[in-house]
Amino acid sequence: MSRIEHFKSRYPQQFGAPLAVRLKLFAILLLGLLTFCFGLYHIDISPLRIFRGLNKLGEILVLMLPPDPGWHGPFRQYMVAMAETVAIAFLGTLISALLAFPVGFLAARNTTVNRLVLFVARRSCDTLRSVDMLIWALIWINVVGLGPFAGVMAIICADIGSFGKLYSEAIETADRKAVDGVASTGGNRLHQIRFGILPQVLPVMLSQVLYFFESNTRSATIIGIIGAGGIGLIISEQIRMLEFQPLAFVILLVLSTVMLIDLLSTKLRNALIGPKAH
Amino acid sequence: MPTVSPLPATRMLHLQKAYAQAKADRRRKSLLGLFLLLGLVMLSAWMTEINAYKFFTNIGNFTSYIDRLFNLDNDARVYTNPMEWFWGWKIWLTQMAETLLMAYMGTVLGALGAMPMCFLASKNITAQRWIVFSARRFLEIARTVPELVFALIFIIAFSLGPLPGVLALAIHTMGSLGKLFSEVVENIEMKPVEGVLSTGGNWLDKVRFAALPQVLSNFVSYTLLRFEVNVRSAAVLGFVGAGGIGQTLLEAIRKFYYADVSAILLLIIATVMLIDQLTQRMRARILHGDTGK
Repeated sequence: MSRIEHFKSRYPQQFGAPLAVRLKLFAILLLGLLTFCFGLYHIDISPLRIFRGLNKLGEILVLMLPPDPGWHGPFRQYMVAMAETVAIAFLGTLISALLAFPVGFLAARNTTVNRLVLFVARRSCDTLRSVDMLIWALIWINVVGLGPFAGVMAIICADIGSFGKLYSEAIETADRKAVDGVASTGGNRLHQIRFGILPQVLPVMLSQVLYFFESNTRSATIIGIIGAGGIGLIISEQIRMLEFQPLAFVILLVLSTVMLIDLLSTKLRNALIGPKAH
Repeated sequence: MPTVSPLPATRMLHLQKAYAQAKADRRRKSLLGLFLLLGLVMLSAWMTEINAYKFFTNIGNFTSYIDRLFNLDNDARVYTNPMEWFWGWKIWLTQMAETLLMAYMGTVLGALGAMPMCFLASKNITAQRWIVFSARRFLEIARTVPELVFALIFIIAFSLGPLPGVLALAIHTMGSLGKLFSEVVENIEMKPVEGVLSTGGNWLDKVRFAALPQVLSNFVSYTLLRFEVNVRSAAVLGFVGAGGIGQTLLEAIRKFYYADVSAILLLIIATVMLIDQLTQRMRARILHGDTGK
């Protein structure tokens, strides 16, 4: 016992953080807890309300069984809407990936033209990203009218920002040695980018595009809720009409489609760039 | 004195042929892929009713819409009269604060739910295969069904207001954090786990004394990242009536209150950027300097 005391006095750091750090941690936790309690109060989360809601949720879950695909009428309509959703995600991802390509190079410190361009490119990406895809969809509905076209445009607008940022990060972390090599043989800046950087970053970009295709399929589902095409409209109508059995089928359809796309994009990624690079 | 001995002509010819063959193969494959992609693009364009003519005749609408966003009702530019532009700043800031609160609650609840789930979904901590399998499927469903769909369903069960929004955020957060957390847990050093096992520890001991100390900083970092995402999502949950600033924004867009739209959008963008910066700084401190220096 006394030996432990001895070691404690000799190496206090090994037996716990200093008092100041502990106090700070405690203060942060307390602040978090207080905010949480305020939230409980503000949002009016009472046990009774939760209990009633859960009860009702249970009823809804029971009403969902068994899922009803509506073989006679709406089944075809569901499938077409799902295909439309995937098409929206596909086109949106592809076009935004292409449009973001130059933006990514302008927004990377090592390939940009000058500081001003760098700043403008980065802030534009941030602004595009900060506006949610649903807001973009609402704006584009005002411009091109209801329908899937507005959805495609919304995905393009929101994703140029994300792709621009991810691309520029990939470009900035690229190895400098290849660029130096090209420069040493007398290559100009364009050569350096084309032969020094592009081969390094292309697989990373491709893998991000594939990942976004999957996540955009999910997003394309919800932009339909506000009228930008795809299966979302059907989902929101079914919920409003309390048609829970078909709703369960449509949700399962979305789930399996997203999983299928996930599987496909993993396969494609491995085929194109090998299983290592992610 | 020759340093390079040329290959015999027949061998050379053979190699050249093989090279040409390989190149042609590759080119054929890329062409095939390109055609496939082009076909898919055409098909999708047809399905999504993309019409280049409509696009180019209407693109003026988009630019003029953006232009109108910065006009007040009396056609003056918004920045000439900032008080008029941000006339509703008191209401909007309150709603923005509510949005942040919703994101916070959703993130905390989701992270709390993800903590036990991630250990159940990790092969190296939980030995029973069926528990791992079902925990993973559960998390998958929680993160694949979009938040807005959860929100719509919860609105029926819990009535309108921020509560269904918070719950929708929490479920989605649990799904995505649960996956990220379990990836961290599956990559931990296994020696502490074996140590705890050798002293007769049960599942809870394994989690508490072997896994948690290794993964906690990563958990906090991922949670902060998720908070950032949730702020964005919370801003639009109001579109379906689940609380926050979204409701006001939706009304402004639908009723063509242009100046209000731009004011609220700027508020959202500024808040999101601020939160981005804050969480980024906190994450950097937690991941790289968590010794308290």
